[in-house]
Amino acid sequence: MRHLMSPLDFTVEELDRLFDLANDIERNPEKYAHACDGRILATCFYEPSTRTRLSFESAMTRLGGQVIGFSDAASSSASKGESVSDTIRIISCYADICAMRHPKEGAPMVAAEKSSIPVINAGDGGHQHPTQTLTDLLTIRSLRGTLGGFTIGLCGDLKFGRTVHSLIHALARYRDIRFLFISPEELRVPDYITDLLKKKGIPYEEVIRLEDVIADLDLLYMTRVQKERFFNEEDYVRLKDFYILDMAKLSLAREDMLVLHPLPRVNEISVEVDADPRAAYFKQAQYGVYVRMALILTLLGLA
Amino acid sequence: MLNVGKIEEGFVLDHIKAGKSLELYEHLQLDKLDCTVAIIKNARSNKMGKKDILKVECDIDRLNLDVLAFIDHSITVNVIKNGEIVEKKALVLPKQITNVIKCHNPRCITSIEQELPHIFYLADPEKEVYRCKYCEEKYK
Repeated sequence: MRHLMSPLDFTVEELDRLFDLANDIERNPEKYAHACDGRILATCFYEPSTRTRLSFESAMTRLGGQVIGFSDAASSSASKGESVSDTIRIISCYADICAMRHPKEGAPMVAAEKSSIPVINAGDGGHQHPTQTLTDLLTIRSLRGTLGGFTIGLCGDLKFGRTVHSLIHALARYRDIRFLFISPEELRVPDYITDLLKKKGIPYEEVIRLEDVIADLDLLYMTRVQKERFFNEEDYVRLKDFYILDMAKLSLAREDMLVLHPLPRVNEISVEVDADPRAAYFKQAQYGVYVRMALILTLLGLA
Repeated sequence: MLNVGKIEEGFVLDHIKAGKSLELYEHLQLDKLDCTVAIIKNARSNKMGKKDILKVECDIDRLNLDVLAFIDHSITVNVIKNGEIVEKKALVLPKQITNVIKCHNPRCITSIEQELPHIFYLADPEKEVYRCKYCEEKYK
């Protein structure tokens, strides 16, 4: 039985099969409308994350399956002090597959060790959020036709953003990718990631201003720069506009560049950008459902 | 100079960094063994200046070499039979250690679920980096 804890759990070949399946679901949704008839997904969310939970629920429902679960720890037996190990043993009796979100890092792995059904890590604290990374990869592959042979700019908070770290790790397995890290000094990508890129001979550059490099990019992955990450108000005020994508900056970019964002967006992408054909972040949410559908089918052995 | 006699059957852990022998004694759980144990601190050493030595009169199989290797893989393990050294065991860094060290990451699931074992795996053999199996936090 397989679980999904980290985006690197699947080999590149396995991911290709998963993405092929997701694209087939996209083209022929009716073919899969009853693929999970009689199956149950448990969404065990120990902290609220409406978007991720609804994406999983939508995925299972579109496959013809049913969903049970809880959406925060207060409404679960965790509030009575039940351990994750015990909860998953019970959930294993009720459902065929489980998506778990937990504020503590490693909780889904504890569940996977004790579970008799596949467990999907739906986010564990600041550690991993593999289905977001799979969503990002599927979006890039679907819209560009291939994973590799591009320059990607990652912009914003590159120090604390787990989405960005996971994506870099996942992309580092593909060929011909060049990274441009666009962030303030305080929020640069951690050393262990740049060390990994150096070791693998993958080219990267670190810059401060988006305008300086936007014309070079095939892909721009935006993240939010939070005020509380700065040491002082002055720096925040000085730098925050560097990391807001508006039409003025986008006009410097290539016509075929794609803009991605894990969402929710706050103000780092101006709403005026939404109408531009390069804005791919809402399509990304759609691919998130397809990839979760493909994942459920794969882990249930129905693919 | 203090003299500690030879042992007939057991093992001698030599070249322990000076002052580290009591830590080893605890980790190897030697207090639980009903046998003769000699702890020699600050012995003179040509190689190290000062060193600690542990002499334990018991079966070698009762020694957890993984724990020993994790703490210091440069320690020499001499296996003694009939009062003679019959083997010198090389220590290799264990791939995984359980309940030897604790994860101190307050965001780790092991911080709230007491019954979970603290498992660390060898993430980087070159730099000797161990990471928690659950949260992947580096052990410092």
